[in-house]
Amino acid sequence: MNKARTNPFNTLAMHGALIFYTLIALFPVFVILINSFKTRKAIFREPLALPDADSFSMVGYQTVMKQGDFFLYFQNSMIVTVGSLFLVLLFGAMAAYALSEYRFRGNMIMGLYLALGIMIPIRIGTVAILEMMVATGLVNTLWALILVYTAQGLPLAVFILSEFMRQVSDDLKNAGRIDGLSEYTIFFRLVLPLVRPAMATVAVFNMIPIWNDLWFPLILAPAEEVKTLTLGSQVFIGQFVTDWNAVLSALSMAILPVLILYVIFSRQLIRGITSGAVK
Amino acid sequence: MHRARIRWHIAVFLAPAVLIYSAVMIFPLFNTLRLALYSKVDQERVFVGLQNFQTLFFDPIWSEQFWNALGNNFWFFIVHMLVQNPIGIALAAILSHPRLRFAALYRSAIFIPTIMSFVIVGFAWKLILSPIWGIAPSMLDAVGLKSLFAPWLGKEEYALTTLALISVWQFVGIPMMLIYAALLSIPEEILEAGEVDGITGASAFWKIKLPLILPSIGIISILTFVGNFNAFDLIYAAQGALAGPDFSTDILGTFMYRTFFGFQLQLGDPHMGSAIAGAMFAIILIGVCIYLFGIQTRMRRYQL
Repeated sequence: MNKARTNPFNTLAMHGALIFYTLIALFPVFVILINSFKTRKAIFREPLALPDADSFSMVGYQTVMKQGDFFLYFQNSMIVTVGSLFLVLLFGAMAAYALSEYRFRGNMIMGLYLALGIMIPIRIGTVAILEMMVATGLVNTLWALILVYTAQGLPLAVFILSEFMRQVSDDLKNAGRIDGLSEYTIFFRLVLPLVRPAMATVAVFNMIPIWNDLWFPLILAPAEEVKTLTLGSQVFIGQFVTDWNAVLSALSMAILPVLILYVIFSRQLIRGITSGAVK
Repeated sequence: MHRARIRWHIAVFLAPAVLIYSAVMIFPLFNTLRLALYSKVDQERVFVGLQNFQTLFFDPIWSEQFWNALGNNFWFFIVHMLVQNPIGIALAAILSHPRLRFAALYRSAIFIPTIMSFVIVGFAWKLILSPIWGIAPSMLDAVGLKSLFAPWLGKEEYALTTLALISVWQFVGIPMMLIYAALLSIPEEILEAGEVDGITGASAFWKIKLPLILPSIGIISILTFVGNFNAFDLIYAAQGALAGPDFSTDILGTFMYRTFFGFQLQLGDPHMGSAIAGAMFAIILIGVCIYLFGIQTRMRRYQL
C-alpha cells in the first residue's frame, strides 16, 4: 500500500498511545492480583512489587475460604446466569421467529412493543417488581432473579435474532413444509441451527450484565443462601474492610471467574460487537 | 385458503416471551408509576394524586436531595460525554489503522475493565486511591507531583468527579468497540478516493471518517445517557447507600434506593421511591425522544 499511511514515526506513536492506555486499563487489576498473594506487611511496604519467597502468603485466601461461602455464591451466580441465558435465548428466538417469519395482524406493533424495553431500563419498575415477588413468594429465590433478567434480556435478543432470521433462506423452510414438517420442527431443526452465531452473540452480550448486577440481588434476593457472587463479595468486603489480605483475596476471587469467561468468550464478544449486531 | 384458520403456532412462538416481558417488565413499570400516586396513611394505601411529586420537587427536605441528585447525575453524564467518548473514539481510530500489529491484543486488554463488576472496580480503586495504602501518592511522587495528591474519594469537591472518571475508566471499551466497528465498515474505496485528492492521515479522519461515524456516536451518546441515569452500583459499592461524603456523590439511583428501601434512620417509603422512579423514567424518556426525533432523524446517513 502507499507510504502515507505507514510512516514509522506514526506507528511508534500509535503503539505508544495504545500501550499507555492498556497499562491504565490493566494496572488496578494487576495491583489487586499481586497483592492478594502477599503478607500484610509486604502489601503496605512495597505495594507494587511482585510476591517473592519472603512476602508470599495465602492468608487472605484462607480467611475468605473460612468466612465466606464463595462456592455457594458462585453456584448461585452460575444458576442465575445460565438459567436466564437459556430462557432469553429460547423465548427470544421463538418470538423473533414469529415476528420475522409470519405475516399477521399486529406484527409491527408487537415488534415495537417488544423493542420498547431496549431503551427503558427495567430498574425503573423495581418497586412494583419487589411487591410482585413478595406477593408471589418468589422473593429470596433464584427464580426472582432469573425472571427479571429474562425480561430484561428479551427485547434486545428479539431485535437481534429477528434481524438474523430474516436472512435464513425461504427455500429451505418451504422445502421443509413440502416435506410435511410442522412449523415447530422447521423452527427447531432447520432455523435454530442456522442462527447459532447470532444466539452466541446475544448470550455473550447478556452474560456480563447479569453476572455483574448488584441492584436486583440486593433488593430481590439478599438472603445468605441465594446471594450471588457479586452481592456476596460486596457484603464480604464490607465486613472485612480492615483486613486487607481478605479484601484483596476476595476481590481476586471475584475477578478470576469473569476473567476466565472473558478469555473463553472474548472472540465471540468482539466479533458480535464488531459485526454490527447493535447498529 | 387459510384465512379462516387460526395459526396457533404463531401464538405459541410469541407467548412465552410476551408473557414474561409483560409481566416482569412492562406491568411493573406502569404499576410503579401508579404507586407514585398513592401514599401510606395509617397502614392503608390512599390515593393522593400528584402530591408525592409535589413533595419531591418543592418540599425543602426532599427537593434539596432531589435536585442535588439530579445535578450530580448530570455532571456524571457530562464527564462521560467529555472524557469517555472522545477517548473511546481516539482509541478506535488508532486501532482501526490498517496493518497495525497486535490490534486484537490491545482491544481485548482495554476491554477487560468493562467486563468486571462495579463491586470489584469500586473497591479496587478505593484501595488504590486510599491514602493509607499509598499507591497513588507514591506514584505521583515518582513523577514529582506529590503535592497534587488528595484523598479524592473523601473530599466533597472531588469525590463525584473521581467516581465519574472511574466509571469512564471502566466503560471506555464500549464506545471504543462500537466506533471501531463503524470505522471498519467504511469502504476502502472512499478512503482511497480521498487519498487521490490528497486527504490522508489526520485530515482523512476529520473530513471523511468522522462524518461517516456520526450515527454511531449518536447511539453511544444515548446509551451513555440511559446508562448514567439509572446508574447505582458503582456509587453504592464505593461510597455506600449514603453516597458520601455528605451526599456529594448522590445520584438518582442511590437516592431512589435509599428512599424506597430505607437506610439507617430513614424509613423506607415505596411510594416516594416510586415517585423518584417516575422522575427517572421521565428524564430517560425525554432523553430518548430527543435522540430519536431531534438527532437521529436529522443526521445524514450516508449510503455506503
